[in-house]
Amino acid sequence: MDWQGQKIAEQLMQIMLIVFAVVAFSVGYVMGSFQMMIQIYAGGVVLTTLVTVPNWPWFNRYFLQWLDPSEAEKHPKPQIQPVNSKKKSVKK
Amino acid sequence: MHSFGYRANALLTFAVTILALICAMASLSDNFNSPSPSSQIQILNINWFQKQPHGNDEISLTMNITADLQSLFTWNTKQVFVFVAAEYETLKNSLNQVSLWDAIIPTKEHAKFWVQTANKYRFVDQGSNLRGKEFNLTLHWHVMPKTGKMFVDKLVMSGFRLPEEYR
Repeated sequence: MDWQGQKIAEQLMQIMLIVFAVVAFSVGYVMGSFQMMIQIYAGGVVLTTLVTVPNWPWFNRYFLQWLDPSEAEKHPKPQIQPVNSKKKSVKK
Repeated sequence: MHSFGYRANALLTFAVTILALICAMASLSDNFNSPSPSSQIQILNINWFQKQPHGNDEISLTMNITADLQSLFTWNTKQVFVFVAAEYETLKNSLNQVSLWDAIIPTKEHAKFWVQTANKYRFVDQGSNLRGKEFNLTLHWHVMPKTGKMFVDKLVMSGFRLPEEYR
């Protein structure tokens, strides 16, 4: 999944779960059936899992151009300078 | 949301949190229910009234218990536990409560009932104070929810009196 896809997946997951919770509670309350509320919500959780968790292709539309390996060699990572073991005097 | 496991975990915890939320809302919705239960208890017969070897009074009675507890049931009710207690005052205790009969009502349809029974549990006093005693019969109920808060209430029926002499 690309970065944009991750954001979409997260938002979609949150929205879907909240919507299913609202629908489940409303239907359960109106119908007077606790079981119905739980069933609708459980179905919603399963559906949300199927839609947002696996790495579907539609989450991968913003294809990022990773740097080519040969190009990376031309620009080596900067080396960390060794730490000076002598204590530096504080200048006033 | 970097990997399968990460997303699955995030989804699962969020789903469970929201489940807790809707269950809390379901329990809160029980407060909108204004129940109107009714009940009558008749004492048909005092079967016997004896003093036990240890000095405690014991009595056996047959009662007619009718009740309509249908209005207690909501969508969030698992069952209603109901019991009848005899309540009276003695010199030793300001309140004695002796449970005589109980039942579990599983559904709304079962909540309107008529029962004729001897006391399920023994009516024994702490001492021998029951002769000529005036007492109340109280119907207590516990509305047990599927999720959330349990509601407890009672209905007091007074005006009962035990016989003056042992039989």
